[in-house]
Amino acid sequence: MPKPFDRLTATAAPIMRSNIDTDVIIRIERLVGNSIRGTLGKWAFGSLRYLPDGSENPDFILNREPYREAEILVTGPNFGCGSSREGAVWSLQERGIRAIVGSGFGDIFFANCFQNGILPVIVDKAVVDQLAADIEATQGAGKVSIDLEAQTIVSPSGARHSFEIDPRRREGLLKGLDEVALTLQRDDEIHAFQASDRTARPWIHSTRISA
Amino acid sequence: MPGRSLLEKIWDQHVIARLSEDTDLLHIDRHLLHDLGGSRGLLDLKSRGLKVHNPELTFATPDHALSTAPGRAGTSKIGQELLAALRVETAASGITLFDVDQPGQGIVHVIGPELGLSLPGATIVCGDSHTCTHGGLGALAFGIGSSELTHVLATQALIQRRPKTMRARFEGRLPLGVTAKDMILALIGQIGAAGGTGYAVEYAGSAIRALPIEGRLTICNLSIELGAKMGMVAPDEKTFEFLRGRPYAPQGEMWDLAVKAWRELPSDPDAVFDREVVIDVEKIIPQVTWGISPEHVVGVDGIIPDPKAVDDPARRAAIETALEYMGLQGGAPIAGTPVDWVFIGSCTNSRLSDLRAAAEVARGRKVAAGVRAWVVPGSENVKREAVAEGLDKIFIEAGFEWREPGCSMCLAANGEVVAPGQRSVSTSNRNFVGRQGPRARTHLASPASAAASAIAGAIADVRMMGRS
Repeated sequence: MPKPFDRLTATAAPIMRSNIDTDVIIRIERLVGNSIRGTLGKWAFGSLRYLPDGSENPDFILNREPYREAEILVTGPNFGCGSSREGAVWSLQERGIRAIVGSGFGDIFFANCFQNGILPVIVDKAVVDQLAADIEATQGAGKVSIDLEAQTIVSPSGARHSFEIDPRRREGLLKGLDEVALTLQRDDEIHAFQASDRTARPWIHSTRISA
Repeated sequence: MPGRSLLEKIWDQHVIARLSEDTDLLHIDRHLLHDLGGSRGLLDLKSRGLKVHNPELTFATPDHALSTAPGRAGTSKIGQELLAALRVETAASGITLFDVDQPGQGIVHVIGPELGLSLPGATIVCGDSHTCTHGGLGALAFGIGSSELTHVLATQALIQRRPKTMRARFEGRLPLGVTAKDMILALIGQIGAAGGTGYAVEYAGSAIRALPIEGRLTICNLSIELGAKMGMVAPDEKTFEFLRGRPYAPQGEMWDLAVKAWRELPSDPDAVFDREVVIDVEKIIPQVTWGISPEHVVGVDGIIPDPKAVDDPARRAAIETALEYMGLQGGAPIAGTPVDWVFIGSCTNSRLSDLRAAAEVARGRKVAAGVRAWVVPGSENVKREAVAEGLDKIFIEAGFEWREPGCSMCLAANGEVVAPGQRSVSTSNRNFVGRQGPRARTHLASPASAAASAIAGAIADVRMMGRS
């Protein structure tokens, strides 16, 4: 069950490159296995965070103070594109990230964030660029505030921006709702659908091998 | 009321409950599990004290973490554990498993269509972003994360927001040597890796109608590289012929009933799309990527972009980052770039027609010295059909390695990697940083182009090989 999210004031790290895919967020070999939860935080952004010899890359923003403590990422276009691996979200979460602000996200990554209590905020690219500039102007010392209830984000400069979010998803995050439990409350409806669909489309439901 | 699109027709047929103005609880007709996430999902379900809602609509096969070496030698300990867990948990839940060495095993997006599990008008999900592949049969198919996977196991349903609709019309006659892979890479180059974000894309037009089903599967496979988690092609006579007689396809009276329903699925002539794109396929030449996103693509006779010629600072920086990673010089021709590896396989391009196209180029030729070239059939059935046609012999005689079916070097979850700094031409779908192994450099191309590059030892234009 996801942890509720309501508001957050925290250090924010701009990672502005376009098309950061979920392979870059977490490499696949870290995700092979059934007991990976809790092991992923140190591998988030592995290829950017570490040099080939395994030492930290001092140029990568999350290796620099005060960005090491960042709980918010400000991201370039199409962040989280590519693979559906939810491990990408888990690794960010284990690294301490609770919200991501960008002009657009990979569709599956975006959905996976909500499943884990991470808030992805979509705002215009101009707002993202301004946020990144404001953060960099304070060398990361200025915090960013996000209020999900009010649907606002406040930059270190004090500039306030509102954002849109699907009301269902907003409520889910605010209350930390468990979608599986909610859907199972509708199990009668699911069974009713299947009963009538068996008549309408019997070939979908009859999956005994026919050859 | 305007006509409805293919997407809208399938969507409406699957609504169990309307949850808000634009969000529905959808019935899921087929749920496909693989070794990487399948047993994890089943264990997650068990830990919640829940059971699989419809095991008869759920099917599993190992593909991701399995070695593709002969005899499966080299499957890692953890890969073996995942396979063992998949066997135990699917058996306990009554889920059909297509196991190693059995007909039916293979890359999950190859076996769904091949077995007739994937059907027009069906909703199909899998914990893998390339599930969009199955849209080539006129299905509404998309990748999901681990939490959604558990949700589907528990409920046979999924909460989904209705996507925007895009129609990408490919018009004209495909030039010689140009394939479905080149068509979709050209579209990604044109509208970008986020061009389809938030959309379900319907591929239409005369060039899509002319494509065999396997080509349509390739087109739909790369929808996610366009940013669209759903891509689809309206079913037609070719679709029905492809499916007829497949093991899990309906038979007899049920077949007639199904085809009758499937004929109603294509978008109405007056259906309205949120976005329309038209691509003139006669202008497409074989495509090859030069960078670290599928949108970094040029014609094989093209020039690697020169960052110095780009004014926009963000775009310039992106090109510089990509070229540095790829070890390429801006302004140079892409053709002739020496390669170390060639990988022919993956859910994009490992079907029989892909292997035939590559074998046609490889026949009677030799892989260049210093190049390692692999052919990894998409499924056990593809492998057997290819062997029956003698394709394996053509490849082996030409110096390619002939492997067992699986995902292999497309995502490097199985120890099969391109070494750091080495350059690969791959028929897969992602040229991301490190995708084929840490610091591996990937160029995406069609099977024919990949085979031509293996022979040439460098990125090559298959049209110059005299046989395409």
